[in-house]
Amino acid sequence: MSPQAPVVVVRNLSKSFGDIKALSGVSFDVHAGTVVGLLGPNGAGKTTLVRILTTLLDADTGSAHVAGFDVLRDKARVRPVVGLAGQYAAIDPVMTGRENLVMVARLYHLPRAEAESRASELLMRFGLTDAADRQSDTYSGGMRRRLDLAASLVADPRVLFLDEPTTGLDPRGRMELWAMVRDLVSDGMTVLLTTQYLDEADKLADRIVVIDHGRIIAEGETDELKGMAGGTYLTVRVNDLSSVEPVRCVLAQEGDGPAMVDDSSGEVSVPLARGAAKLAGIVRRLDEADIAIADIGLRQPTLDEVFLSLTGHVASDDGSCKQTSTEES
Amino acid sequence: MSMSGFMTALRSEAKYGLGDTMQLWKRNLLAYRRQPDLLVFSTIQPVMFVLLFAFVFGGAIQTGPIPYIDFLLPGILVQSGLFGSTQTGVGLAEDVRSGMIDRYRSLPMARSAVIAGRILADTTRNMFVLTLMVGVGLIIGFRFHGSVAGATAMLLLGVVFAQAFSWISAAIGMSVRRAETAQVASFVWIFPLTFVSSVFVPIETMPDWLRAVAQHSPVTLTVDAMRGLALGVEFWGSLMRSLAWIVGIMVIFVPVAIWRYRKIA
Repeated sequence: MSPQAPVVVVRNLSKSFGDIKALSGVSFDVHAGTVVGLLGPNGAGKTTLVRILTTLLDADTGSAHVAGFDVLRDKARVRPVVGLAGQYAAIDPVMTGRENLVMVARLYHLPRAEAESRASELLMRFGLTDAADRQSDTYSGGMRRRLDLAASLVADPRVLFLDEPTTGLDPRGRMELWAMVRDLVSDGMTVLLTTQYLDEADKLADRIVVIDHGRIIAEGETDELKGMAGGTYLTVRVNDLSSVEPVRCVLAQEGDGPAMVDDSSGEVSVPLARGAAKLAGIVRRLDEADIAIADIGLRQPTLDEVFLSLTGHVASDDGSCKQTSTEES
Repeated sequence: MSMSGFMTALRSEAKYGLGDTMQLWKRNLLAYRRQPDLLVFSTIQPVMFVLLFAFVFGGAIQTGPIPYIDFLLPGILVQSGLFGSTQTGVGLAEDVRSGMIDRYRSLPMARSAVIAGRILADTTRNMFVLTLMVGVGLIIGFRFHGSVAGATAMLLLGVVFAQAFSWISAAIGMSVRRAETAQVASFVWIFPLTFVSSVFVPIETMPDWLRAVAQHSPVTLTVDAMRGLALGVEFWGSLMRSLAWIVGIMVIFVPVAIWRYRKIA
């Protein structure tokens, strides 16, 4: 297969659970040697999609091929070529790290000697050699996740599916796992990754597919997606947290979308298409309202903002202003 | 599944079923070796039951010319095996919850192996527990009155009977959401099944309608066959009917359990 041929081909895939449409008409490709990040909130359908692609679940309609094999009709051929690391590290707590990997290798029908050498190799690669012969229930969350990742690579899969690989990990564990995924990708692994963390998709993925309520709502490279969110953003930071609401109110009226508030930092952001032209007016209004600004600036949107503007899932919408007068609107 | 997919699946079962089952058997037995308290507690309860029934109820229950301990022991072996079979479903429900089953299902392994490996491990444990119970029985006065072959056959029948019920338990364990539910769900039917039988008492004293149920119960038939084997009296009639039940249960519940495994959502 040529390096640019798609290894995962999903066409018009749909799946319902009772009345709930988990997936409706999803189509996308993953090309060999690339990382596609499937980005969406809880319940968007990400896990359902991964479960269908790894033969754990049947779809209702549509088709999906992995490495040329039909995941709905030819499950036995798909299984040897996919690796799955889930949001729950699927390792046996009573077994040691090494025993876990040897068992998985034996279940891929590797001969005993080969299974053992493969286990040692993976333990070394994932920095688990020292802990290899300890029961895995003594492992930290990060170590368990690494062992899970190692287990998914035992049979050298063509495609690796990572379903929210860092959910529940501390920041250090996340960084370690990211580094390991990047290593795999630089060795040519094809990865489909699901995440609700936008920085994770940003850091790891070549392409991002944004999914919400079982539908793909956007797809592209990171920069393209940022462009879709309306170009420039304005961020105002205040030191006095009681000023956050009046600032939000002004920005909601002046901006081109919902204003987003970060209460912990006192920052309010809003998309602002003609940023430079409107900046002076906004500063004047804030000044008239007697709001002390700690910082103000125009910048590129973060993926968080991209996501919110695409899905429309915003905690506080524009509109109602409780504290400031709205004489200009 | 298409016809060719079905044939591929069958070939895979034939080729890998045994080897994969042995891997899972090893894994599940490790749990007992690494957590000795688990084995201790799953052993104490059956032994306690032998002692409680022998000494507390023993004097009050009339079993004719047969000493109550000789009457009781084959019955309580079956009771212990039935209660133990609920652990199959509990273990599998726990594997579903922890994500282990997802891992197994994504592997190119035989579809029957996860359940069969679990049941083989539970059967190994059961064989150990039943042997221990016979040992305790011998200490407090139980005696075999038949041949060595009869004694061995009695033990084997008890183990095979429990094994058949493990498949029912497996089907339940993979149909419920939580291990606790699997436990509770099992006792709902295990309890009446055990007590409406000849496990603890002769069924002749039961009301007619209940006796009609009890005398066809697989539990009664198995206990009667085991009693016959242990006491060295007639056992063929109940043995054949007990084996028919065992085969019947497996013909239905082996496919049901594997179907549940394949369809875990």
